[in-house]
Amino acid sequence: MIEFTLWDIVRNLLLALRWTVALSAIAFIGGGLVGGLLLTLRLGLGNGTRRAIGWYVQLFQGTPLLMQLFLAYFGLALLGLEVSAWTAAALALTLYTSAYLVEIWRGCVDAVPKGQWEAARSLAMSFGEQLRHVILPQAVKLAIAPTVGFLVQVIKGTALASVIGFIELTKAGSMIANASFKPFLVFGCVALLYFALCFPISLYAQHLEGKLHAR
Amino acid sequence: MISFDFMAVLAEWPLLLKGLAWTLGLTLIATPLGLIIATLGAWSRASGPVWLRRVLGAYVELLRNTPFIVQLFFVFFGLPALGVKLSPEAASLIAMTLNLGAYGTEILRAGIQATPRGQWEAAQSLALSPVQVFLRVVLPPAFQRVWPAMTSQIIIVMLGSAVCGQISTEELSYAANLIQSRNFRAFEAFIIATLCYLALSIAARHLLMWAGPRFIFGRRSS
Repeated sequence: MIEFTLWDIVRNLLLALRWTVALSAIAFIGGGLVGGLLLTLRLGLGNGTRRAIGWYVQLFQGTPLLMQLFLAYFGLALLGLEVSAWTAAALALTLYTSAYLVEIWRGCVDAVPKGQWEAARSLAMSFGEQLRHVILPQAVKLAIAPTVGFLVQVIKGTALASVIGFIELTKAGSMIANASFKPFLVFGCVALLYFALCFPISLYAQHLEGKLHAR
Repeated sequence: MISFDFMAVLAEWPLLLKGLAWTLGLTLIATPLGLIIATLGAWSRASGPVWLRRVLGAYVELLRNTPFIVQLFFVFFGLPALGVKLSPEAASLIAMTLNLGAYGTEILRAGIQATPRGQWEAAQSLALSPVQVFLRVVLPPAFQRVWPAMTSQIIIVMLGSAVCGQISTEELSYAANLIQSRNFRAFEAFIIATLCYLALSIAARHLLMWAGPRFIFGRRSS
């Protein structure tokens, strides 16, 4: 029987933390790209697209992330693809993130006064130019704080990937807890590591929001 | 060619119904308990002693910056080491309640902060006790102001309860897992469970937006 010292536990958890960070980064960047694409489509195309994207958002916000992970895992397998927990988790978390980000960013674009669109159009700017030179610079300022805040949700969301067998912080914690018979200590450490990762980001988001309101 | 067999899953409807009942039941109990914690927490953060504010601040930040699944595992696997043995259902309920309590405290605090100071003072000058001032003057408009955010949070907790199946609480996602282990129709089972969750969250939003003004913060004419 192997004895686990506190350092053994922390060291193994820290090694697993890499995968939590990697998965969060993939989901956040991928979700940002898909979300940006959806937002552009929503602004550029008609009411049909708007409604379709509304349903997309409702679908991801109205169902558990855990179910989305299971569906990605078994759905990809159904298509005959060789799926690893990596692929399924990255896909589900990317789509999940995109649904939230498109909704956050839509609110920011809507907050830019309508007169700005009209003024840009009256300067004979094309749709792309209106967006790039007039609307986005203003919307991005509003969007930064809630987007950073949402990163915390993404990091916490990656913990669910443990359920489909992706070995990140939570899964490593479960395995070490089973092997060491010290669940209180191990899950306490797991929680503290998540806290160490998320709390600074939360504080930074609050700080950004404070700056925005102060202006 | 991919073929679907949803009937094989629907044939297990008693399991699905039981899962739905557990998900609903856990949410129905955790919601009022969480709102009570939120109310006590928000009151203490607004007018409690400094040490209590610090403790509550730590509670709120700790719960908001760690994943629900880790909180659940800590309660279910971790606490027995301290001699607190819990059934899966009790552990799920405790984790859900504490989670909603933490988010609710923060949401309600924002609502209370938006109450003009003059209203506290006006109520005090009418010789109302501090508890009366809080319950009758400060709390109702605060709840009214933040009710949409609180509704979203309650729904997030309900959807989050899908994780409770991992410690063998027999809620909806557990039922879906059980069904797919019997008939190997995994995709269909999870599609149906997901649609059930979607229906639950839409229904819950309508119900809460309807119930809030009637039972929680009331029309304050009487």
